[in-house]
Amino acid sequence: MKKLINNPELVVEEMLEGMVRAFPQYVRKLEGYNVIVRVDAPVKGKVALVSGGGSGHEPSHAGYVGKGMLDAGVAGSVFTSPTPDQIFEAIKAVDGGAGVLLIIKNYTGDVMNFEMAADMARAEGIDVESVIVNDDVAVENSTYTVGRRGIAGTVFVHKIAGAKAQAGGTLEEVKAVAEKVIKNVRSMGMALTPCIVPAAGKPTFEIGEDEMEIGMGIHGEPGTMRTKIKKADEIVNHLMEKILADLPLEDGAEVAVMVNGLGGTPLMELFILNRRVNQILEEKGIKVYRTYVGEFMTSLEMAGASITLLKLDDELKSLLDAPADTPAFKQL
Amino acid sequence: MAVDSAKLIDIIKAIADKITENREYLTELDSAIGDADHGINMSKGFKVVVERISGMEGKDCGTILKTVGMALVSTVGGASGPLYGTAFMRAGQAVDGKNQLNFEDLILLMEAALEGIKYRGKAGRGEKTIVDALEPAVEALKLHREKGFEAALKEAVEAAKRGMEDTKNIMAKKGRASYLGERSLGHQDPGATSCYLMIETMALQLLGDKKA
Repeated sequence: MKKLINNPELVVEEMLEGMVRAFPQYVRKLEGYNVIVRVDAPVKGKVALVSGGGSGHEPSHAGYVGKGMLDAGVAGSVFTSPTPDQIFEAIKAVDGGAGVLLIIKNYTGDVMNFEMAADMARAEGIDVESVIVNDDVAVENSTYTVGRRGIAGTVFVHKIAGAKAQAGGTLEEVKAVAEKVIKNVRSMGMALTPCIVPAAGKPTFEIGEDEMEIGMGIHGEPGTMRTKIKKADEIVNHLMEKILADLPLEDGAEVAVMVNGLGGTPLMELFILNRRVNQILEEKGIKVYRTYVGEFMTSLEMAGASITLLKLDDELKSLLDAPADTPAFKQL
Repeated sequence: MAVDSAKLIDIIKAIADKITENREYLTELDSAIGDADHGINMSKGFKVVVERISGMEGKDCGTILKTVGMALVSTVGGASGPLYGTAFMRAGQAVDGKNQLNFEDLILLMEAALEGIKYRGKAGRGEKTIVDALEPAVEALKLHREKGFEAALKEAVEAAKRGMEDTKNIMAKKGRASYLGERSLGHQDPGATSCYLMIETMALQLLGDKKA
């Protein structure tokens, strides 16, 4: 394992310390907890947004803490949900009296830990609601699984629900728009290489030098198939086919596109993927309203990418356009 | 059967030792169908449990069990933390204020633990989870309660063991293992396994040299 770390046990704490030093104008850390909050938290009268999950997906989620997006990001151990006491502290620290919305990615551990924290907060009289993001079309949604995983589409939930809260929306309204995003967002990813969880010291899975895994999860969960690596355009064709099969878009529909790198893929390759995404959408008469290319929801140093499409209407467009100012996501 | 706070602490410490001894085994089971951290996280949690309950002999059994639950919830993480944490907290609530536990109390607290896990995990029998070991054990305790606690406890351990082993024949419907679908068949569930280990250890402690 070759990593720029000091101690595998301390990677999360040390990362957060460095992050706060980098962005003191945006965020601060709650003493004794792995919780990053807006520097001006709690914002009185505004619905607060709390998200989080296992670490290793940076800039998710602490990178999106700031004006127009999240009020708190809770960082668990690498690829492990944070515990309820940590989430509870985050809720208490950011509650400005208008209630708190929890944005949870759909993983068994995350859902349970956040729900426990919500129970604890409600017991203290804080108004808490939650939404569960499940945008990954690689996982079949059926009674036989816990349902689709939450991946990069979560960032659109942060952006749009965050804008609604910033504009003075009530907890009910912020939750409703978050659910609208969840209903209209789909993603799918693929990986070329595994990653190494510092505490484990070895790769999360084995993959041949000339192979790729389609539908790979952001914690190295198995995907839908493993094949020989193909050209970028062919990979995009496949991912887009799966996404579009699940998110029917009529001629003239408008979408936001996110091409997300998993940590070990250069921007050059992400732009090559984006080129093909746009060609496909153009052929279908679908209008690209905004495009985001970069690293939004990573998986440590995994090479690979995910594509996310969000179907837009006037409300979602105006909230997507609203300003956001956070360490990892800025919109003027 | 009579368990006071000191004995309860001994039982929990024995469970902690058992989990730590099986750290690698549980992690190995988890690596087949999960994310390879069950033994690591559980032993980490029980280490903190032992620290927190040491010296609690003067407290009532409910408080001790709730302390165990809180320690697990705040240290284990993943799904196991909330599940086992809720189980111990509910068990503690069921025997709140009692300085001594009898057989009926044991049934009460085990039932409460099971209900807590089913509530938190939204899981039922046959989904390849902790419930598959715990529910048969609780049922056996109730079914055989007339035979006295020793006989009933032995039945409970046997039932938990069968339930654990049967998880090999079940396709996972909860947790990360559910993404594998049919590929989860043939593997024993790590959660059912840690649950069985706890029940077995508790029984051995309660039965003393009268082997479980």
